[in-house]
Amino acid sequence: MKYLSLAAGVIFATAAAAETPVLNVYAPDYFTSEWGPGPSIEAAFEETCACDLQFSAGDLLPRLMLEGPSTDADIVIGLNTDVTAKARSTGLFAAHGQTNADLDLPIDWTDDVFLPFNWSYVSFVYDATRVTTPLTGFDDLLNLPDNQKIVIQDPRTSISGLALVLWVKATYGDQAGAFWQRLAPHILTVTKGWSEAYGLFTDGEAAVVLSFNTSPAYHIVAEDDDTKRAAIFEAGHYPYFELAAKVAGTDQPELADQFMAFVMSDAFQSLIPMTNWSYPAAQPMSDWPQAFADLPIPSQAVYMDEAQAADLRDTAIEEWRTALSQ
Amino acid sequence: MAHRIVAIITGGLVAVLVLAPLVTVWGWAQTGRAIGAGDWAALRFTLLQSVLSALLSCALAVPLARALVRRRFWGREWVMTALGAPFILPVLIAVMGVLAVFGQNGLVNRALGVFGVEPVSIYGISGVLLVHVFFNLPLATRMIVQGWSRVPAEHLRLAGQLGLRGWAMFRVVEWPMLMRVLPSALGIIFVICLSSFAVALTLGGGPRATTLELAIYQAFRYDFDLAKAANLAVIQAALAGAAAVITVMISGHESVSNTCDRAVFWSHDGWPAAVWDSLWIVAAIAFLGLPIAMVVAQGITGIASLGGSVWWAAGRSIAIAAVSTALCLALALPLTTRWGEVIGTAGLAISPLVLGAGLFLIIRNFANPFDWALVVTCVLNAVLSLPFVLRILRPPAETIRVNYTRLAQSLRLGPTAWLRWVFIPRLRQPLGFAAGVTAALSMGDLGVIVLFGTSEQATLPLKIYQLMGAYRMDQAAAGAVVLLALSLGIFAICDYWGRRDVKD
Repeated sequence: MKYLSLAAGVIFATAAAAETPVLNVYAPDYFTSEWGPGPSIEAAFEETCACDLQFSAGDLLPRLMLEGPSTDADIVIGLNTDVTAKARSTGLFAAHGQTNADLDLPIDWTDDVFLPFNWSYVSFVYDATRVTTPLTGFDDLLNLPDNQKIVIQDPRTSISGLALVLWVKATYGDQAGAFWQRLAPHILTVTKGWSEAYGLFTDGEAAVVLSFNTSPAYHIVAEDDDTKRAAIFEAGHYPYFELAAKVAGTDQPELADQFMAFVMSDAFQSLIPMTNWSYPAAQPMSDWPQAFADLPIPSQAVYMDEAQAADLRDTAIEEWRTALSQ
Repeated sequence: MAHRIVAIITGGLVAVLVLAPLVTVWGWAQTGRAIGAGDWAALRFTLLQSVLSALLSCALAVPLARALVRRRFWGREWVMTALGAPFILPVLIAVMGVLAVFGQNGLVNRALGVFGVEPVSIYGISGVLLVHVFFNLPLATRMIVQGWSRVPAEHLRLAGQLGLRGWAMFRVVEWPMLMRVLPSALGIIFVICLSSFAVALTLGGGPRATTLELAIYQAFRYDFDLAKAANLAVIQAALAGAAAVITVMISGHESVSNTCDRAVFWSHDGWPAAVWDSLWIVAAIAFLGLPIAMVVAQGITGIASLGGSVWWAAGRSIAIAAVSTALCLALALPLTTRWGEVIGTAGLAISPLVLGAGLFLIIRNFANPFDWALVVTCVLNAVLSLPFVLRILRPPAETIRVNYTRLAQSLRLGPTAWLRWVFIPRLRQPLGFAAGVTAALSMGDLGVIVLFGTSEQATLPLKIYQLMGAYRMDQAAAGAVVLLALSLGIFAICDYWGRRDVKD
């Protein structure tokens, strides 16, 4: 029965596809899940486009690179700044066609291929019932007592982990390795991805976790819990952007352009905070939901552009690995 | 002859299924980056933790299996089934459970805190070993229990008549059996631990605990250096292959002895032995059971909050598990020979990431991989479970052949009659266990499917990850309980089918 209905579904979908054009959007799994922004974005876009937006979830860049120019993707959404150098070098992407000046970001956006649709600052989130003095800089992490450990993500397997390593590198330069050595005793462990680390944090295994400054919004809005707080470092934070791009070889160029314009629209941007738990990229703070507008926000960005990040990445990761392996 | 041909075809099929993707990835890739200092460190750590995990799991499994074979107690059947639980647990859940007991904030440290003792940190090689033993002790125990239950009844009666006890009994009857079973158990656990990655990293406390599989993941996902990923995968496969060949060579053939196919109970030898055995059993139940109980305790209240989509995903996972199991057993039965076991290990030896990438490239030549995601999941589940299934089925299958081939020939039994009346009925107990293991592993496997793309086809493990990715840790914990219950349930059903009316 299952397979009959599956087959029926496939036939049905194919029949429908013959009538309405299909926009294929590759996105990360968390994005398309029912708890992510995907479903509501799909519904909102389909209201205006007379098309069928189909998400395909999974590993974005490896999949695109395996597929090459023959990819079915029309749009890719959910890349981030630390992999754009690699993504750009594939030559698979076209100009986004939107006005960068319409973006509302902590840095000047000049890229005309990759278009940010949301952002936040990489931050350490702590349990305020355990860590009672606010953490205001990396040095405060070094002064945490023994029973308040930090859990971070591995820069070799996780994009937020990589952002942290670049943040430390941008802050400490040649002294980054020395900093990691001093931080090492405070690090409980390193996880493969964000989810595992955040799980250890909510289970009480660690008192501090590497996450985003917007993470507390989830706990405030969904759980009415204000004890999870982001540490705001006075020296600035590394911003984290998620990007959308149009695939150059798309067979639906008009629809793809329409989608890129939709990304910048209020309809799309208003969906971001409560589904992706991050700041919208093209809306002023005055339009954000109250819980987001109320979040403490770092006063400045410490950022490496794509070329710097690509240059320093291997060195920074190796310094991290060496320091934490001792 | 017919047996031989089927065996060769099946063996060839498995070999192609495993090797073709590797060769494809290699062929696709340009020259990659050299293997660096970090990778050699990863290789050393991988070997160290795999060898130690295998030795420790087996060393603890011998006295535990001996205790379980010798003692009859109320609930023993349940203990035997539940013993399978950790092995089939999805990695994520096992780590949650182990940390809830042994972590910073776990039961053990909280108990120590009551007595004013400083918390003990398990992060490091000890944590890696702890989780790997948690996973693999049950597998080793079940394999060794099977070995014990295959000691011919005549040997036991004769030993009884000769008055062999204690050490003499161990040396004459039990040690030769262990020498046949242990290499196989050591080998498979070594190979399982070779590809450990997320667990080793998390419990290992950081990049000290980097394994080869992490290096492969990094090369593939982050550097998109397929050549390097493939090279590292070959190193890993070579280690696994060497382990498989060595263990098969050492373990040799089953003893050629005819038996009357009747089980006897082991004689009891006094209260000190009973106390000793009981201690092992109680300790094992606590060590293996507490983490599972903690997972249940953390998640059970949230089950009502799970939406319909999670239950649909659970249904999809059950269907996938059923298909994978049928496929795996069909592949396994013809391969229950020494060299079949070596070929069968290949599925576990090749990095799943590289396997997935290769299949993706192959399928793309003639179809949209997206449409094939479910089929590929089932096939890969079957191939990845094959090594376990063969380890479980091969020794009893060989015993049956030794004992009954001549009888079957003199009765002129055809291949179908042989399967129907001799082979399957006598293999039923290990067959049930093997089916349970495959089904449960297929329930929990997130697999290599990420490349193929998933949307409405999400399985339960994927739903749990999605919940975690969306900050819904409580619901993820509830989903974990559902996954645990389903994995254990499906395992128990298969295992019960095998052990029903069978005296071991």
